[in-house]
Amino acid sequence: MARVGVVTFPGSNCDADMRRAVQETDGLEAVALWHKEADLQGVDAVILPGGFSYGDYLRCGAMARLSPVMQAVTEFANAGGPVLGVCNGFQILCEAGLLPGALVRNRDLRFVCDRVRVVVSRTTPFTNVSDGVLTLPIAHGEGCWVADPSQLQALDDAGQLLFRYVTEDGTRGDNPNGSLRDVAGVCNAQGNVVGLMPHPERACRPALKGIDGQLFFAHLARSLA
Amino acid sequence: MTAFVTVMLRPGILDPQGLAIADGLAGLGHKGVQSVRVGKVFEIALDDADNVQERVTQMAKDLLANPVIEDFTVEVR
Repeated sequence: MARVGVVTFPGSNCDADMRRAVQETDGLEAVALWHKEADLQGVDAVILPGGFSYGDYLRCGAMARLSPVMQAVTEFANAGGPVLGVCNGFQILCEAGLLPGALVRNRDLRFVCDRVRVVVSRTTPFTNVSDGVLTLPIAHGEGCWVADPSQLQALDDAGQLLFRYVTEDGTRGDNPNGSLRDVAGVCNAQGNVVGLMPHPERACRPALKGIDGQLFFAHLARSLA
Repeated sequence: MTAFVTVMLRPGILDPQGLAIADGLAGLGHKGVQSVRVGKVFEIALDDADNVQERVTQMAKDLLANPVIEDFTVEVR
């Protein structure tokens, strides 16, 4: 049984849902990690869940990056361990420099709560290029991903613009927040660190009107088996 | 000794708050506003006056500003 650590920061609010989604996946066991713990308890993967860590003080994710657990997460990621950040977790990974770019206020200033479609560009511990068009929920006010224009093409060429918002048939971009190149999520060069604004853990059972999120956890279970 | 760090979104980064505020000013009848950009100011009180510019610049790089999206200036008073 592979053990997946789910970190709780002060202000995290998707940690319980995330642990449940992990726990309900064959081959995975959820381990709760507290932000003050500098020890990852030997987990095989780490997930930073959504929420409003530290009340979004300074910038979303900027304070969480300073938590003792993040030193351990950084070492784990640099050693090739699989790390997933969802929503606020994505913001934290960008602030920590583990993922390229940054997330700023949505183009229309609105908090967007919706169901979106995304396509995947690359196989990682959490994704497979053959995943097709995924339908996932989003809920964020600061999900507009930006990056230095000089790096953007290189990131694109390397497949690091991992998730893009698309129309239902997957043929065109359909952007809810103004992110560059319709980016919904990115990965690092090695592909072991992944972040995205949509919430896979909120699309893991038919009662929630979506099960595409299960793929993330199933892929992780396979990659850790 | 007090240092003021001003952090602004870099040119080219969309600032929808600034756009909304500019619209608001126009709506109140203020004429001639070309644009508004929203930033942050940090007032940092320090124990001593040693290398304040250098130290506070490092603080801005370490935490106060995110270089991907923001520029900063440091003023010591």
